[in-house]
Amino acid sequence: MSTIAQKKGFGATVWDFLTTVDHKKIAILYLIAGGFFFLVGGLEAVFIRIQLAVPNNDFVSAGAFNEIITMHGTTMIFLAAMPLIFAFMNAVMPLQIGARDVAFPFVNALGFWLFFFGGIFLNLSWFLGGAPDAGWTSYASLALHSKGHGIDFYVLGLQISGIGTLIGGINFLVTIINMRAPGMTYMRMPLFTWTTFVASALILFAFPPLTVGLTLMMFDRLFGANFFDVTMGGNTVIWEHLFWIFGHPEVYILILPAFGIFSEIFSIFSRKRLFGYSSMVFATVLIGFLGFMVWAHHMFTTGLGPVANAIFAVATMAIGVPTGIKIFNWLFTMWGGSVKFTVPMYYAFGFIPSFVMGGVTGVMVATAAADYQYHDTYFVVAHFHYVIVGGVVLGILAGVHLWWPKMFGTMLSETLGKVTFWFFFIGFHLTFFIQHFLGLWGMPRRVFTYLPGQGFDTANMVSSIGAAFMSIGVLVMLYNIIMTSVKNVKVGNDPWEDGRTLEWSIPSPPPFYNFKQLPLVRGLDAYWIEKMDGKKGMTPAEPLGDIHMPNGSFIPFMIALGLFIAAFGAMYHVDKEAWALPVLIIGLLVTFGSMFVRSIKDDHGFHIHKEELQDEKGAKA
Amino acid sequence: MKRLAKWRLIPLFALLALVLSGCGKPFVSALSPAGEVADMQYDLMKLSTYVMVGVILIVMIIFVLIFVRFKRKDDRIPKQVEGSHKLEIIWTTIPILLLLILAVPTVAATFKLADVSPMDKKDSKALVINVRSHLYWWDFEYPGQKIVTSQELVVPTDEKVYFNLKSMDVKHSFWIPAVGGKLDTNTENINKFWLEFDDKRSNEAGNLFYGKCAELCGPSHALMDFKVKAMSRDKFDAWVTAMQDVKEPQKADTDLAAQGQEIFNQSCIGCHAVTPANKMPETARLAPNLTNFGDRSRVAGILDHNKEELKNWIQNPETYKPGNMMTGKYKELNDQELDAVAEYLMGLKVQE
Repeated sequence: MSTIAQKKGFGATVWDFLTTVDHKKIAILYLIAGGFFFLVGGLEAVFIRIQLAVPNNDFVSAGAFNEIITMHGTTMIFLAAMPLIFAFMNAVMPLQIGARDVAFPFVNALGFWLFFFGGIFLNLSWFLGGAPDAGWTSYASLALHSKGHGIDFYVLGLQISGIGTLIGGINFLVTIINMRAPGMTYMRMPLFTWTTFVASALILFAFPPLTVGLTLMMFDRLFGANFFDVTMGGNTVIWEHLFWIFGHPEVYILILPAFGIFSEIFSIFSRKRLFGYSSMVFATVLIGFLGFMVWAHHMFTTGLGPVANAIFAVATMAIGVPTGIKIFNWLFTMWGGSVKFTVPMYYAFGFIPSFVMGGVTGVMVATAAADYQYHDTYFVVAHFHYVIVGGVVLGILAGVHLWWPKMFGTMLSETLGKVTFWFFFIGFHLTFFIQHFLGLWGMPRRVFTYLPGQGFDTANMVSSIGAAFMSIGVLVMLYNIIMTSVKNVKVGNDPWEDGRTLEWSIPSPPPFYNFKQLPLVRGLDAYWIEKMDGKKGMTPAEPLGDIHMPNGSFIPFMIALGLFIAAFGAMYHVDKEAWALPVLIIGLLVTFGSMFVRSIKDDHGFHIHKEELQDEKGAKA
Repeated sequence: MKRLAKWRLIPLFALLALVLSGCGKPFVSALSPAGEVADMQYDLMKLSTYVMVGVILIVMIIFVLIFVRFKRKDDRIPKQVEGSHKLEIIWTTIPILLLLILAVPTVAATFKLADVSPMDKKDSKALVINVRSHLYWWDFEYPGQKIVTSQELVVPTDEKVYFNLKSMDVKHSFWIPAVGGKLDTNTENINKFWLEFDDKRSNEAGNLFYGKCAELCGPSHALMDFKVKAMSRDKFDAWVTAMQDVKEPQKADTDLAAQGQEIFNQSCIGCHAVTPANKMPETARLAPNLTNFGDRSRVAGILDHNKEELKNWIQNPETYKPGNMMTGKYKELNDQELDAVAEYLMGLKVQE
C-alpha cells in the first residue's frame, strides 16, 4: 500500500490529505498548518521588535501595532503552539500505546479541519478591513469599543477552531482509555502519553468556559445583547473570569505535553529510565488539577479584594512544588546516565535553565502584593515568554528533531540543527531576559512606542537584536527541513538507537496500520525491555489476523467549510448586507447537510487481509 | 564545554552593560521606590529574588555537574534507577518551606495594601482623590477640597493618600511605578487603594513622578501618561487654596490671549472647563480640566510644555494621540487663531 501511495501524482496526494483519517497524516497536516502559523506569528513578533527598537518609532501605526500584538498572541497560542503539540500527540501517542489509530479517526480529521478553517478565518481579517486589536485576552470593554470587524473575526475564528481543539482532546482521552495494547497499564504508559492524557482532560474542562465567553461576546457584538455593556447592566469582569478560567489551564495544556517530550528525550539520550516515574506522573496530574485553581492571579489588579488575591497567590505558589519535582527528576534522570548530546538533547538541556527562570519568575508574579508592580509590564512579558518559548517552543523544536525520522523516515541534519539551536537559544535569552528589567523600570506592556528619556532605549534595542538572532535560527531550521526532505535518506526503526518506547519498534514512517500485530507490553519502556533481553522487536500479543481500517472521508472538510462560510454571513449580517443572511444559511446547510450524510450513510471501513500482510517483508507468522 | 562557556558570556556582558547604564530612572522605576507601598513591594521583590536565585544556583550546580561528568564516553548501559524516596521527599519539602517563607509576608502585605478603612470613617482627615480614566487622559477630583484637575496629579508627601478609581469608557489601569503598584480602573465598580509619597525621595526624583496606563485601552494606550507632583503638606495646602480661589474663568491679560479666550469660549469650553469647582456630573466631563494648564509640565500628557507643541496638538491631535476623542470636535483654526488660543491656555496659571 505504501509503495502505491508514493507513486501517486500531486493531485492525488492532495486529495489523499484532504480526505485522510489516518492519525499520522493528520499529524503531518497539523505540523504543516501549525508551522505555517508559527512563521506568521514569528513575522508579527519581528514587526513588534522593529517598532520598539528605538523610541518614538513609526515603523507601524498605533492601531496597526495593536492588531499585530493581538494577532501575534492569538496566532502563537491557538494556531501555532496548540496544533504543533497536537501534531505530536497525533503522530506519537497512538504509537506509544500500541494502537492502530485514535478512537475516532473521522472526528480526528474533523478536529483538524475545524482548527484550520478557524485559523484561516481569523487571519483573513488582515485583508478584510483589519485584524482584532484588543489583545489576545480581548478584554470586554475594549473589545466592544473596537470598531470594524476585527473582534468579530477573533470571536468567530476562535469559536470554530476551539470546537476542533475540544473534540481533538476528547478523542485523545478516549483513545488512551480504550486503545492501549495488551499489557500497557496506565503506570506503564510513556510520559508523553501521560501528559497527552492530562492535557486532553484539561482541554475538556478548559475550553467550554472559553466557548461560553466567546458566545456571550458574539451575542454582544453581532446580535445586540448586553452581557458586557456596563451601561445596560452588563459586567466586563465576567469576561475576565471566563477568559482566564480557560486561559490559565491553556498554559498547562501547552506546557505539559512539552514536559512529556522532554521526559522522553532525557530518558532516551541518557540511556536511563525516567527517574521517579510515578512521582512524575503524580506531579503531572497535580499540575493539571492545580491549573484550574489559580486563574485569578491574572486579575490581581482587577480589584477582587485581598482575600481572593491572597488565596490565589498561595494556590499559585503551590504549583511551584510539583514543577520543581519534575525539574529535579529530569536532572537525576541524566545523573549517572550516559548522556549523548544530540540536537533534541541540546534543546532539552537548554530547556532546564530557561524554564527554571520562567518558573521562578512565575513564583515572583504569584506574590500578589508585589505583582501589583509586575502586572501588565514587560516583566510579565518576559516571564511568560520564558515559560512559553523556553518551555513550549523549545519542546516543540526538540520534538520536531526527535520525531522527524519517525514521521517522515529521514533524519534532520544534526549540524544545522545545532546551528539553529545556538541562534535560537542565545536570541531567546537576549530578547527576553532584559525585558524583566524593562518592566521593573516602569515600561508597561502592549505599548506601541515609548518616549525617550525614561531609560528604556538601550534595553529595547538589545531585545530587538535578540529577536533577529531567533529569526536566523528559524530560517536555518527551514533550510534544514527543505534540504533533508530533498535528500530523503531513509532510516530504520530506531534511528537514535536508544529508543525506549513502542514507536521506535516499528518502521519509520510506520505502515498505515501501524502494528501488524499488536505488541505485548511487559513493562515501562516496553521496547527497551525487549532490546535488553536481546530481542529485535516486540513480542506480538495476537496472531496475525485481518486488520479493520476506516475509510477516508471528505465530509470532515465539508463540515468545517460550512462553518467557515456561515461565519462570514453572521459577521456581515450586522452591516445589513443583503447577501449575509443567505450566506449564513447556506454555510449552516453545508455543515448540517454533511453531518446528515455522515449519519445516514453507513461506512463500515475495510479490512486488510492477513494474506496481504504476510506478503509484506518482515511479517511474522 | 569551551564553546558553551564562550556563548554564556554574551548575556553576562549584556547584563553588565545594563547595570552600568543605571537601574532605570528614579521618577519612573519600581526599582527606586519612593514611598511606603513601593517599599513594601520592593522588599517582597528582593525576598523572592533571593529565594529564587538560591533555587537557580542549586539547579545550575547539578546541571553543570551533569554536563561535566555524564557525557557519553563509551557504549555502556547505565544502571536503570527507578527513583529515590529520600531525594523526592527532600525536593518536595524544601520547596514547600521556601514557599511558606514567601507566602506569609505576601499575604500580610496584600491585606495591608488593601486597607482603606480610614477613607470610610466619619470626619476622616484622610486625603481622598477620585481618579477617573478616559480614553487617553486622566481626571483627578479632590472631593473634600471641591476641586478638579486633570493630567497632573498633585499630592502631599509623607501621608497616606487614598484613591477611588473608576473608568468612564474602557478599562484602564492606574500606575505610578516609583510610588506603588497599579490598580485597574474598571468600568463597573470603584476600586480603592492608597499610596504614600516619601518627601525626601520625592525630592531626589525631582518631585515629578511619571504615571502610566497599564491596561491596553486602544491605539494611544502607550501615550496615556500622566504626571504626579509631590509636595510638602504646606505647599499642597497653598496649591489647594490657589485653586479654590479661581471662582470664575481667569481673565486673559494680553490682547492676543483675550482673542484666544474668545475663540476658546466658542470652540472649546463645551468640553474643557477652566474653573476647578467643576459642578458638572462626572459623566459630563468630556475633556481635561484646564484651570491650571499653564502650570503643567506636558501638553496632552506627552508633548513638551511650550506654545509650539500646544499649537501642533490643537491643530492635529490625531497625529499625536491616534484614536483620541478631541479630533474633529471643533472648527479648524488658522495660524493666528492657534497662536491666540495657545497664548491664552499657557497663561492659565494658579500659582507663580
